[in-house]
Amino acid sequence: MTTTGIAAERRIPAVPARRRPLPWPLLGTSAAVAAVLLAPLAFLLIEAGGTGAGTIAHLIWRPLTATLLWNTVRLTVVVTALCAVIGTLTAWCVECTDLPGRRIWAVLVVVPFAIPDFVVSFGWASISPLVQGFQGAVLVMTLAVYPLVHLPVAASLRSADPGLEDAARSLGIGRVRVFLRVTVGQARGAILGGCVLVALVILAEYGAFEILGYQTFTTEIFTEFQVSFNVPTACALSLVLVLLSCVILGGEVGARGAGRAQRTGPLAQRARRRRRLGRATLPVEAAMLMLVGLALGVPVGAAVYWMVAGGAPSLTGVSILDAGWHTALYSGCAAALATVAALPVALLAVRHAGRAGQLLERSTYTVLAMPGLVIALAISYFSERYAGGLGYQTSVLMIAAYAILFFPLALVGVRASVAHAPVAMEEAARSLGRTPRAVFVRVTLPLIAPGLSAAFCLVFLACATELTATLVLVPTGVQTLATQFWAYQQNLAYGQAAPFALVIIAIAAVPSYILARYFDRLPGRTGDPR
Amino acid sequence: MTGRRSCALGAVALVAGWLLTACDDPSGSGQEITLYNGQHVQTTDALVSAFEKATGITVNVRSDDEDTLADQVVAEGSRSPADVIYTENSPALEYLQSRGLLAAVDASILTDTPSGFNSPQGDWVGVSARVSVLIYNPSLIAASQLPTSVLQLADSRYQGELAIAPGETDFQPIVTSVARTYGTAAALTWLEGLKTNAGSHVYPDNETIADEVNRGEVGFGVVNQYYWYRLAAEIGADHVHSAIAYFAPGDPGYVLDVSGAAVLRASTHQAAAQRFLAFLVSRPGQEIIAHSISYEYPIASGVTTAQPETPFDQLQPNSITIPELGDGSQAISLLQQAGLL
Repeated sequence: MTTTGIAAERRIPAVPARRRPLPWPLLGTSAAVAAVLLAPLAFLLIEAGGTGAGTIAHLIWRPLTATLLWNTVRLTVVVTALCAVIGTLTAWCVECTDLPGRRIWAVLVVVPFAIPDFVVSFGWASISPLVQGFQGAVLVMTLAVYPLVHLPVAASLRSADPGLEDAARSLGIGRVRVFLRVTVGQARGAILGGCVLVALVILAEYGAFEILGYQTFTTEIFTEFQVSFNVPTACALSLVLVLLSCVILGGEVGARGAGRAQRTGPLAQRARRRRRLGRATLPVEAAMLMLVGLALGVPVGAAVYWMVAGGAPSLTGVSILDAGWHTALYSGCAAALATVAALPVALLAVRHAGRAGQLLERSTYTVLAMPGLVIALAISYFSERYAGGLGYQTSVLMIAAYAILFFPLALVGVRASVAHAPVAMEEAARSLGRTPRAVFVRVTLPLIAPGLSAAFCLVFLACATELTATLVLVPTGVQTLATQFWAYQQNLAYGQAAPFALVIIAIAAVPSYILARYFDRLPGRTGDPR
Repeated sequence: MTGRRSCALGAVALVAGWLLTACDDPSGSGQEITLYNGQHVQTTDALVSAFEKATGITVNVRSDDEDTLADQVVAEGSRSPADVIYTENSPALEYLQSRGLLAAVDASILTDTPSGFNSPQGDWVGVSARVSVLIYNPSLIAASQLPTSVLQLADSRYQGELAIAPGETDFQPIVTSVARTYGTAAALTWLEGLKTNAGSHVYPDNETIADEVNRGEVGFGVVNQYYWYRLAAEIGADHVHSAIAYFAPGDPGYVLDVSGAAVLRASTHQAAAQRFLAFLVSRPGQEIIAHSISYEYPIASGVTTAQPETPFDQLQPNSITIPELGDGSQAISLLQQAGLL
């Protein structure tokens, strides 16, 4: 099978026509997974509902809400716009031009995503007092999350049809207009998808803004929870946040609507000739160098600086080895759990594209709209109130929380690989008399294994850099790399915080490298210019 | 196939069991208590290791913001895994006491601390004290230009020069004190003035205020005295570009806060938990506070601070008492009305 990803996906609707019986075990498992994922939302509604509409209205219509709304919305809009521009340009430079060293750039521009946002803002804020407030937040968040646009756009450009650009050029349209109307137009879905991720990440971010002294809904939810003994208030504010996320998700669906790029033919994805940069080569190289220097160099440099310059240790804490072991343990278990849980949902959604399956799949994405803190609170309150304290403050609950938080990431990875696995092979195996289970183990699993490992890496990466839920759920007496870094940073012990930041970066770099390699091998790698 | 599967199931069960027990219960044998720690980690770590050495009782520490922990204790109720809670300020303890969640402190322990610094009801014991001051950067504002009364913080002439951390639990006692002296209406107007003056210098915590003032980002801010001493210890005397100043004697902004500890009613290790409280206010415990880089004032067993601070008996704070400071709910409500929370 040498069909491209898009071609394979286009074949999906043909599958139900073969009248496969609806697989009840698969449906049951998926429904159970979706139910667990929807539990935090139920918690929000129960907690906020229990306080009464009057109290909630009072909490929401206070002067601070207007400030928070303004702060949150303007930051989201500005950073998303900047990320869209930067991410698209870097993806185009790496995928479509003859930029020297583009294979190295392709990796370097993605790595900043592996650095936790709170480490990036620590790096900037600790070296320059100018980096704070709104401008600081824009700078730090843009540099930390633009890879979320770069990755999907690069993938989309790689599999895009160069025929449209050639046609446009042959009609005498200028280079810039071809780029804006055809190239960007083809990648529009990917750009929008990336922008949604960026916007959602900004809504839920806490650590970076706390360090920069910038107030958003999420930092306020944290303060509310810490200061006023008042979980219902935090929940009421979270509902506003969930509403904002729904606006973003709905807006994306609306904006995606018309103007879908079509291929000129079934095998239209062919090696494209790379755009010659010519005299622009040097400025583009300089720009890439500056971007990577700011996004990667500053946080790493600041951490190294503080490690060398930091004063005498003033805090005792757990060792790096101990914290690293717990980070790896929790992240590894959670990544495995999330990947396994995503498998039935992905199989159901892709192979049995019924309405039930799609609804189940979509509903799991609502988790993205809730900050980690809220999900952590939901889980610990459920265990306290309805389960008699079962698992409270244990590693099991910590791992379950991570798996819930980052389930959508696992689903994205697993779903893509399931969609790419040709059904015909499984059917051939079935026709040779193999049992469904044997087919699954001997055929399906090997086919989707790379996707499963990508999903594992993605979740592992997210868990290792998670902070807010960890602060609430971590077992008493245990520290992870993130919580220990946070404890030191909060007490201004920068010298002691720095090594933890570096280890987080090092641990996160491994899965991001594997991820980069995985995406590199996806079908549709552009050929080099001849 | 089945054999392999049951093998895998067994392995999963094994890992799960190990995660539930071994990982969360590091020692397993011997006496053990769980401490919910809202105090600074530096202070607590030194006290806990000395206590463990002296008694052989292991202390599991869970550190977080004091209000978060108090909230957690309320949510956990009778199932709380905590035996002792140790906080930076009295309101969190008063709150738990009012909900009936604390056990009475042994009378012999309460006598180690002067009575004004304990819970009047006897459910928590005072361990150390701190006092609110101004931290300022002399290159931005001269000492003579600083306010001497907390009310002046709202003067328009300080616009853009003031830093506050309204989300800090340390800030609430000052608000409570202003409301007690001048009434809630005046306190609200005052907070609104503070908000205007602070502008973008509203910070998440006192550490940030100390740091930003020291770096010359903002002229002055309201903190507790020990943050400045800790900053100096952390960054070294060469990098200190700030100083501290006190409000006028007896001013409502000149508030003495008491850090205290209590045993939870739900604790199943009452005796060991009471021993921990006894250690905190004993001479060895107080000496640790006196000499550590916590820079809080020891208040029990006759120990005085060994640090280069204004001696405790020379402080001239406002007369507000612990019961008057209450559980901080009035302050939170005022802060919310002013749009600072």
